[in-house]
Amino acid sequence: MDAILLQILNGLDKGSAYALIALGLTLIFGTLGVVNFAHGALFMIGAFCAVTMQRLLGLSYQVIDETQKDFLGNPLTVNVSYMEGWFGPEIGQAIVDWSVPLAILLAIPVMALVGFAMERGLIKHFYRRPHAEQILVTFGLAIVLQEIIKHFFGANPIPAGAPDVFAGSFDFGALIGLGGGSIIYPYWRMVYFLFSVAVIGGVFAFLQYTTFGMVVRAGMADRDTVGHLGINIDRRFTIMFGLAAAVAGMAGVMYAPILSPNYHMGMDFLVLSFVVVVVGGMGSLPGAVLAGFLLGILQSFASMNEVKSIIPGIDQVIIYLVAIVILLARPRGLLGRAGVMEN
Amino acid sequence: MFGLDAKDTRFLLIVMFLTLATPVLLQPFPETSSLAQFNAGYPDLMQRFAIFGIFAIGFNILFGLTGYLSFGHAAFLGVGSYSVVWMYKLLDYNVLPGLILAVVVSGLFAVVIGFISLRRSGIYFSILTLAFAQMSYNLAYSVLTPITNGETGLQVYSNDPQVLLTEAGPHLPHLFGLVMSDATRVRLGDWVFTFNFGYYFTAIIAIIVFYISLRIFRSPFGMILRAIKSNRTRLDYAGINTKPYMLAAFVVSGMYAGLAGGLLAAMDPLAGAERMQWTASGEVVLMTILGGAGTLLGPVLGAAFIKYFENIFSKINEGVLHTWFGWLPDGLEDFIITIVHPFVGEGWHLTLGLLFVLVVVFLPGGMIEGLNRIAGLFNKKSEKSEEAQDSKSDARESQPAE
Amino acid sequence: MAIEDRNIVLHVNDVHKTFGGLHALADIDLAVEEGKTHAIIGPNGAGKSTLLNVIVGRLAPTKGAVVFDGDVLTGKKPYEINQMGVARVFQTPEIFPELSVLHNVMAPAFAKRDGAFKLNMWQLLRGEKDVQDEAEHILEDVGLIARRDDHAGSLSRGDKRRMELAMCLIQHPRLLLLDEPTAGMSRHDTNTTIELLQKIKQRGMTKVIIEHDMHVVFSLADKISVLAGGRIISEGAPDEVRNDPKVQVAYLGGAEE
Repeated sequence: MDAILLQILNGLDKGSAYALIALGLTLIFGTLGVVNFAHGALFMIGAFCAVTMQRLLGLSYQVIDETQKDFLGNPLTVNVSYMEGWFGPEIGQAIVDWSVPLAILLAIPVMALVGFAMERGLIKHFYRRPHAEQILVTFGLAIVLQEIIKHFFGANPIPAGAPDVFAGSFDFGALIGLGGGSIIYPYWRMVYFLFSVAVIGGVFAFLQYTTFGMVVRAGMADRDTVGHLGINIDRRFTIMFGLAAAVAGMAGVMYAPILSPNYHMGMDFLVLSFVVVVVGGMGSLPGAVLAGFLLGILQSFASMNEVKSIIPGIDQVIIYLVAIVILLARPRGLLGRAGVMEN
Repeated sequence: MFGLDAKDTRFLLIVMFLTLATPVLLQPFPETSSLAQFNAGYPDLMQRFAIFGIFAIGFNILFGLTGYLSFGHAAFLGVGSYSVVWMYKLLDYNVLPGLILAVVVSGLFAVVIGFISLRRSGIYFSILTLAFAQMSYNLAYSVLTPITNGETGLQVYSNDPQVLLTEAGPHLPHLFGLVMSDATRVRLGDWVFTFNFGYYFTAIIAIIVFYISLRIFRSPFGMILRAIKSNRTRLDYAGINTKPYMLAAFVVSGMYAGLAGGLLAAMDPLAGAERMQWTASGEVVLMTILGGAGTLLGPVLGAAFIKYFENIFSKINEGVLHTWFGWLPDGLEDFIITIVHPFVGEGWHLTLGLLFVLVVVFLPGGMIEGLNRIAGLFNKKSEKSEEAQDSKSDARESQPAE
Repeated sequence: MAIEDRNIVLHVNDVHKTFGGLHALADIDLAVEEGKTHAIIGPNGAGKSTLLNVIVGRLAPTKGAVVFDGDVLTGKKPYEINQMGVARVFQTPEIFPELSVLHNVMAPAFAKRDGAFKLNMWQLLRGEKDVQDEAEHILEDVGLIARRDDHAGSLSRGDKRRMELAMCLIQHPRLLLLDEPTAGMSRHDTNTTIELLQKIKQRGMTKVIIEHDMHVVFSLADKISVLAGGRIISEGAPDEVRNDPKVQVAYLGGAEE
């Protein structure tokens, strides 16, 4: 029982990341009809927003501290971060400590801008082009983005820590009466899960309850008709692209403490996210979210030693195996509509 | 000749000439010049041109003709490599049994993977092939270690059976005693040309399989594959059972990939799981589209172009840049090097990425379309009738249709 | 039925088709005689296209069966039905736009000669002189020989239809199904097509034709079945049908284009 619960919990954070990326991919595919291979790169840039924020907040200036002396008896030069200088040591340190969550404030405008620039500059020319060309152009773009990040941040992973409050683990077992220490779950992963649920909820609410979202949903269902109604659907779709980029970016920011950002993390997530999107059903937003969590949790179950001892290697192939079975049994994925991307 | 019409025969002869003369043609700069950096006429790189050319030619039979985009062809590449190394381990270093096994085994894999994946079309087909390849890759790294030797990669050890190996026999990959790595260097003034047996072996195989692909393109079978890409439903109503045609195309292209993988191990007696990773599948997709999907020569050009970039551009470091721009005033030199540096050496990927974007935006038909346009410019001046028309329709044909 | 003893090629036996609760077709019985042209007419939404789709196996009937030359067509795959000798011209031209006109016509010819599948990778197209000659001959018949090397996608709509007809004719089908072969055509193109179809008729090919254009129907048909509301309301020779009061009511009540 506790082992099963633990695996579900373990699957949640990865599943959350899959769900968030797949959600953005589906938004872009559903609205613009574009297969975006650069979406993983957006996730990666988000993670580097966290790194940037951490560095920005950590910037410091030097002061000569008369109260401390070095071994020659000269006053010591110490680094004081601007945050501490401006807000005093306590608040300043807290701000530095919270740099990852604060990076969301940086990531939203940055990612939205990157998204707008991508869509207006490049993607819009590819709406009516074959999917193969969309894949090639966005793949090229992904490489370019990846290399730019590598140029500025280097090839090695850069750790970006969560705030100290979330450093510990949560004794889930004790909480639900299964005995202390039986289910230990890091706080930050809990935060990540809750955060992604909030973002997913936000996106759905936005699409469901705003006029803007209604038009976009109508456009996803039947672009031409909505276009004929005299609604400038293209402009809305551009905004949707920015939104999808921002969602991927936020997913990346918050994932930074779980996986130290590196320039190729986007590609690693992209392939699995595509599998997630297709398993969920191309063009279905709930499908993407459902499949994201489902595959994340299944993967986590498959890596249990008990399971691995029965079927060796299952943890390595479970996602793909499930994808194959689902695609054969349900040709359009879990919640897909007919006729999407058949040709 | 070869049953082809005059135009195709001329085309095939040109391809044969270019392939056989590659060691000379790709060595245009004298050894002493600062541009010697750009010479590509060394065996290792030329072998890669030929091998990845074969890979892309085969991929193009599936993708270029039928429009089905497989994202899992690297699985066959890996299977081919493992087959050849296993034959080294069991028999001896003669590459022939291994290559035959590579083609057979990859063909069998393709029958199974194709049979299942072809039940779906469009992106669903792509994801199914991707899933099979990633499963093969992950399994090769984990539970299949007894067959693949996991992360270390499969190689020949001294305690392997090698039942046919004699003391005198070459202890390196060979074809009936002709060692793959044997090379003759010819010096002509400042130019040095390397003629390597391994290259000529792969080149001749490449020419043969290119000829086969040419025949497939010109056959009723090839025409029906194009018709599948154009309108599969119509073909159904015209009395064609499209499934076996698709499967045959998939298996043939899988066998090409297996042959290419086998040749990789024939040049260098190693096989690693990374050859099966999705990035390797993606690479052949990029090669084919970059060169021109659906055209005969495009995929080969794309393969050569990407391999050239990978090997030549990545070697241009800051020192090399300084020797090139050393003649400029210091400030300007540093300025130019600062600008150029991110695009070469370690940053060659960046240039490649930009090129993909530019090619797709401006040349949807790939490099072949570019060449045709250039040819069109020249023809316009003299005679704009037939050839230009021809190149235009060629370019249209090469567009990956939906 | 009086025609029972004659040579019936296609038999539609008591076919019903419902979509959800909607009866698209009910009690459909048709008997198509060898060598004759049987027209199915009716106002919009009468179920004509549904009937054709049931005949070619695109839709499965809810009840009943379609028998062609003694074999049940129901449940067979489209290519199997074609291999039995049934060819079809679609309402909107279904062609291979990226292929040349000549290749468009050659592809069905291979299906006829080699069956549903033949692994003919090594055979060269240029060695297939017989097929090519026949394709060119038929393109001459339909007046498209001048465009044999053009991409089929570049043809006008009327030319596409004629090419599609050529794609069917090259198979020498025992039964040819035509779904509004002149829809959207100019008067001139319509007349050319009628001439063409009359020419085939002289060769004794059996045809089922669905048509809106009464001019076309009365120029070609030997027998007419009138479909309204998913049922056959009248059947007989053109003159009988023309004078049937039920037909006039159906047409006045329906929306004729």
